[in-house]
Amino acid sequence: MLKKRLIAVLILRDGKVVQSVRFKHTNVIHYDAVHAMEAFNKWAVDEIVILNVSRESASRDEFADIVARISSQCFVPLAAGGWIDNEDYAQKLLRSGADKLVINTALADAPALVSRLALRYGQQCIVASMDVKRDASGWPQIAVDRGSRIIDVAPEVWARKAVALGAGEILFNSIDHDGARKGYDIESIRKVCEAVPVPVIAFGGVFTWDHLVEGINAGASAVAAANQFHYTEQSTRKAKTHLAKAGVLVRQQGQSLSTAKIA
Amino acid sequence: MSLSKIAIIDYGMGNLRSVQNALIQIGAASEIVSQPETVYKYSKIILPGVGAFNEAVANLNRLGMTEALTEAKDSGVSVLGICLGMQLMCRSSEEDGFHQGFGWIDASVQRFPDQAEIKVPHIGWNDLTLRYPHYLVAGLPIHPDVYFVHSYRVKCADPTDVLATCNYGEDFTAMFARENVMGIQFHPEKSQDIGLRILKNFVEHVTC
Repeated sequence: MLKKRLIAVLILRDGKVVQSVRFKHTNVIHYDAVHAMEAFNKWAVDEIVILNVSRESASRDEFADIVARISSQCFVPLAAGGWIDNEDYAQKLLRSGADKLVINTALADAPALVSRLALRYGQQCIVASMDVKRDASGWPQIAVDRGSRIIDVAPEVWARKAVALGAGEILFNSIDHDGARKGYDIESIRKVCEAVPVPVIAFGGVFTWDHLVEGINAGASAVAAANQFHYTEQSTRKAKTHLAKAGVLVRQQGQSLSTAKIA
Repeated sequence: MSLSKIAIIDYGMGNLRSVQNALIQIGAASEIVSQPETVYKYSKIILPGVGAFNEAVANLNRLGMTEALTEAKDSGVSVLGICLGMQLMCRSSEEDGFHQGFGWIDASVQRFPDQAEIKVPHIGWNDLTLRYPHYLVAGLPIHPDVYFVHSYRVKCADPTDVLATCNYGEDFTAMFARENVMGIQFHPEKSQDIGLRILKNFVEHVTC
């Protein structure tokens, strides 16, 4: 049986792992992203997502270097994104060791690029990231360009568009829930999961491990968190234990090999 | 250059770096090989790959790599195909039409059928059922979890080629092995300790 995935997200601003609260990044959590990754690798996390949220496009090269350093120690899938607005940079990230490209603003500004990348690398390589923000009356809309620009379209419509362009997965995030510690935007996630045939990763707002279970129950194939995984020892392992106790099928941790530890 | 090195075939598709990183982690020396005339120098070959089948075949043929790999295989060199690399070893693929593969294994490559509750691509950690003992899977637990990401799967004509299956709406071939030709549908380089163990088994196996 296919397992539900637990994903750790590393938010990088100017090369440092930062805490994200409603897409503002005032606190640095780790000065070296590789340290954060090493812990996740040991703690049975199923996948790593690394996002460059720097305000300057000049951050691209430094970010690709970090992806390369992380990938050399990362033996689970690694998805990378931020400032992917041309094919050369997409290729650079893949050559740096990323397995998947996380695309957000290009879905709005360069849809042809998304299709070209999907054709070239396959749809499994394209993760469409969507940031949802609710307006004053509570209607969910899409925000692009690091949350700065609103597009008046419902999340499930946007998700269908992303899949039509070639996305093989959806990374759902909510700006209102980001860092707010109240759990995922379950209502929107459920609608997105029902709208698309590809796996959906729930992200944004996890504070208790029950929030992860809620994401799975809403239809997500994978549940992600960022801030919350940095603050507790063995966090992802604890999260998995909780998911398993709630009846969610997850990858067994530390499956023992019959011989001594490898390498 | 030395015979103990592993060749990782570069034909312009896929994440070679991940495979090489995994080999470094298990202490195996490897080189990225894109020149067909140097393929004969290696005692073991890994054919990785992610992307479209027909583009891969076109690239390999254009480079002269298909011929070089077939010669190496025929001379007894162990060749391990990963993901698309496994599929290329088959007779044919139905991805975007109908395309010939190497034909090393009597198998066709077909898309997962559309079914409710079964999302395609098959992405994530799923467990294997090992069909028979083989050095590639030595030391693994009975049902190891490994990482898959694919929309097409291999259908072997000869069931004795099937080394491991996985269930996703149906039992499909997750690993095949026939003499010195081996294929893995999942990504050992992304399957943590389990995957590293499989790669180590491949690298360290002594062929007579």
